[in-house]
Amino acid sequence: MKQFLVFVKKEFSHVLRDRKTLLILFGMPVMQILIFGFALTNEVKNSQIAVIDYAKDETSRRIIERIEASRYFETEKIVADHGQIEELFRQGKIKLAVVFPQRFDHDLFHQNKAQVQIIADASDPNTANTLTSYVSAIIQDYQSGLTAGQSMPYQIKAETRMLYNPQLKGVHNFVPGVMALVLMLVCVMMTAISIVREKELGTMEILLVSPFKPILVILSKAIPYLILSLINVSTILLLSVFVLDLPVNGSVLLLFAESTLFIITCLTLGIFISVKTNSQQVAMLISLMGMLLPTVLFSGFMFPIENMPVPLQIVSNIVPSKWYYTIVKSIMIKGLGFSSIWKETLILGGITVFFLIVSLKSFKIRLA
Amino acid sequence: MENIVIKTDKLTKRYGDFIATNEISFEVYKGEIFGFLGANGAGKTTAMRMLCGLSTPSSGHAIIAGFDVYRETEKIKKNIGYMSQKFSLYEDLTVLENINFFGGIYGLSNANIKDKSEKLIDQLGLQKEAKKLVGALPLGWKQKLSFSVAVLHEPRIVFLDEPTGGVDPVTRRQFWDLIYDAAARGVTIFVTTHYMDEAEYCNRISIMVDGRIEALDTPRNLKHRFHSESMDDVFFQLARGAKRGD
Amino acid sequence: MAAIILNDVTKVYGKEKTVAVDHVSFAVEQGELFGLIGPDGAGKTSIFRMLTTLLLPDNGSATVDGYDIVKDYVRIRSRVGYMPGKFSLYQDLTIEENLNFFATVFGTTIEQNYDLIKDIYVQIEKFKDRRAGKLSGGMKQKLALCCALIHKPSVLFLDEPTTGVDPVSRKEFWEMLKRLKAQNITIVVSTPYMDEAMMCDRIALMQTGRILSIETPQRIMQSYPLPLYAVRADNMYGLLKAMPTFSKTISSYAFGEYAHVSFREDVDVNEVTGFLRQHGFSDIDIKRTNPTIEDCFIQLLKA
Repeated sequence: MKQFLVFVKKEFSHVLRDRKTLLILFGMPVMQILIFGFALTNEVKNSQIAVIDYAKDETSRRIIERIEASRYFETEKIVADHGQIEELFRQGKIKLAVVFPQRFDHDLFHQNKAQVQIIADASDPNTANTLTSYVSAIIQDYQSGLTAGQSMPYQIKAETRMLYNPQLKGVHNFVPGVMALVLMLVCVMMTAISIVREKELGTMEILLVSPFKPILVILSKAIPYLILSLINVSTILLLSVFVLDLPVNGSVLLLFAESTLFIITCLTLGIFISVKTNSQQVAMLISLMGMLLPTVLFSGFMFPIENMPVPLQIVSNIVPSKWYYTIVKSIMIKGLGFSSIWKETLILGGITVFFLIVSLKSFKIRLA
Repeated sequence: MENIVIKTDKLTKRYGDFIATNEISFEVYKGEIFGFLGANGAGKTTAMRMLCGLSTPSSGHAIIAGFDVYRETEKIKKNIGYMSQKFSLYEDLTVLENINFFGGIYGLSNANIKDKSEKLIDQLGLQKEAKKLVGALPLGWKQKLSFSVAVLHEPRIVFLDEPTGGVDPVTRRQFWDLIYDAAARGVTIFVTTHYMDEAEYCNRISIMVDGRIEALDTPRNLKHRFHSESMDDVFFQLARGAKRGD
Repeated sequence: MAAIILNDVTKVYGKEKTVAVDHVSFAVEQGELFGLIGPDGAGKTSIFRMLTTLLLPDNGSATVDGYDIVKDYVRIRSRVGYMPGKFSLYQDLTIEENLNFFATVFGTTIEQNYDLIKDIYVQIEKFKDRRAGKLSGGMKQKLALCCALIHKPSVLFLDEPTTGVDPVSRKEFWEMLKRLKAQNITIVVSTPYMDEAMMCDRIALMQTGRILSIETPQRIMQSYPLPLYAVRADNMYGLLKAMPTFSKTISSYAFGEYAHVSFREDVDVNEVTGFLRQHGFSDIDIKRTNPTIEDCFIQLLKA
């Protein structure tokens, strides 16, 4: 036992004395949270739009007022005709144009039917969709204001509620994603590299020719990264709660417990990679390509899994970060308890045990 | 009349407060085999890098192959050859590919390269290995090949940085045969080595201690001066008092 | 029981079945300072790795301290000291931390076996808080030796401990090894430097996986079969080209300031001098000389 502790102490020394890497390992989560939280967002704000008002009547003016007041838009111009609109689109100066035809008012109140034209720059379809729906929402809103109190026959009203995230804040998506990413990076890649480095330097040879059980060497390397990762999880949570305004709706203790499980999963993966490779470069590549990339692509954090073709959905099931991401979202955002996530927990546990067994079996006590 | 190919005058390299090379002044003549010795940390490598045009001196002067070490480093590089233990050839290219590659870098014409590579392969007896990867060759052959490639373009001076490590005595001597051959053709050889008996193969030797040149003479004269039977002993006497390194 | 016994050991690598160690057999006695002498590719490192149980032989068997290298590897691993080439130490740990670490790994402390390493350690002690990566080659070597000795091994394996180190440090290192013999530790050292062979009790000269000779250095030199002379003239290169043309020459090669020439039989010095003068050499000096290990190695290689 004492020997094991000495090993762990040595590993801590290695990690702490490598200042540059340490900066990245601790600094990166902070950077990512801040960047994702503030700079990058799926929301579209302050888009340039143009309005053509052929009607110039009261209704159109009221609707235009509302559009101008919206934080989503910056009304670039109120222009006179279509020709200018085309020019503005071409120059990229506007993303959307709203056109009110002549006699808008008249059509609406006398014929109970009026049309508004919304033209969007669909070269970015996502933005186009979003902006279009914002404008539609404003118009809809106005319309329901008009008909308030009146009952219309056979009307089906769709009421929407955005659960858990009524303001549709993008940050809710990113924080769990960043957690998964950071833990993957630190635990898988750094552990793998650390072990393989011993092989490359030749110190692994000396350790093998000693009474010390080699498997303990490996475990001792995992421990500093375990601690480091728990610190990172705390940092991320603190930042999201206090800086990004994203509370933890569920049990913090459960969150930490599940995070610890995920950390162990990642460490096991790191160990597995190190057992199978002999060069630091290869270990790093496999960690990045084989672990990080799938995390970004398949965990559901950037792209919804449901939108993917079925084969890829199946693939996403073996990416551990997908399960962790689901677990974190459930606890942090939905505020759910263990009873809802026991299945995912079990799967993560299963993955861990599997790779642990494979690593132990593949571990070589000789050089060749 | 001797042709001076290297001339330094109080050449110095400073890193902050640390003076790695301290005002070394010496001359090397054409066709000479010049041994540049010193313990690790004595300043040999720093000095060599300056002479090769790889590092700018802090003060002092040097003319290498007729070119100034401050202003004409590119010309220096074109007129010298270099070989070291750490790197010489690409292990994952074949013998022929390596020769072609370096010939191209030195600016030799294709016809010239072809001619020279045939002669080289003949001289080293590598006919059967010409298409093999260099990485598969034994160390001794790699070394001999590296040297031959380093002098492919008939440079005025060739710098050899610890060229013969770890090979058997016969192969080492074959390597030195190549060096003698080149020197006879007028190529000046500037070599550093840890093998003291190789120091004896040189026409003249300089020994650096703590950044300065403490001795420069023929091996025979040095042995007389230090009352020694061998260069080993001369070196030992000089280097033992060194403050740097240990 | 001999400390180390190898019996017809063979090691083959790769698809091309490169033979690294070719049916090697020898024994090392308890407390002996034994040298494996040979160039790169001779098979020294492979033999070390098999004896320290890091590799399995493809053929043959071996024991260390009586334990079989295949079956009893656990026992061997706890009683030998091993320093692979390139002084594998932890660069970012200090001297003291490295030593402490290796002591603990072997279940001991620095104090317990301090007297074993004291002579060596005092030379680097004042740098004990310096990181290993910042040490010179000579100091790294001393540290590596201390780390290998700290658990008082019965057998010490040192793979090329002096490669890349300056001649002064090399000399000191071998002095340290000789003093260790007094502790009855069996030491097996490999080196490509022929002059270091003289410091060993017995040596095995190796080349491409085979043993050319195993003997005490003195006996190897005594068994040099031909008369050997040291010849010097004003032009070494020319001399090396000219000597083979002399009728009685068997071999000639450079050897520092002199050329070593072996003749079919004892020669008359004047005869050789005359021959050289005829070929335009001056400043001639010829004398009988005793063969060194290197001469023997060269001769064995040519055989």
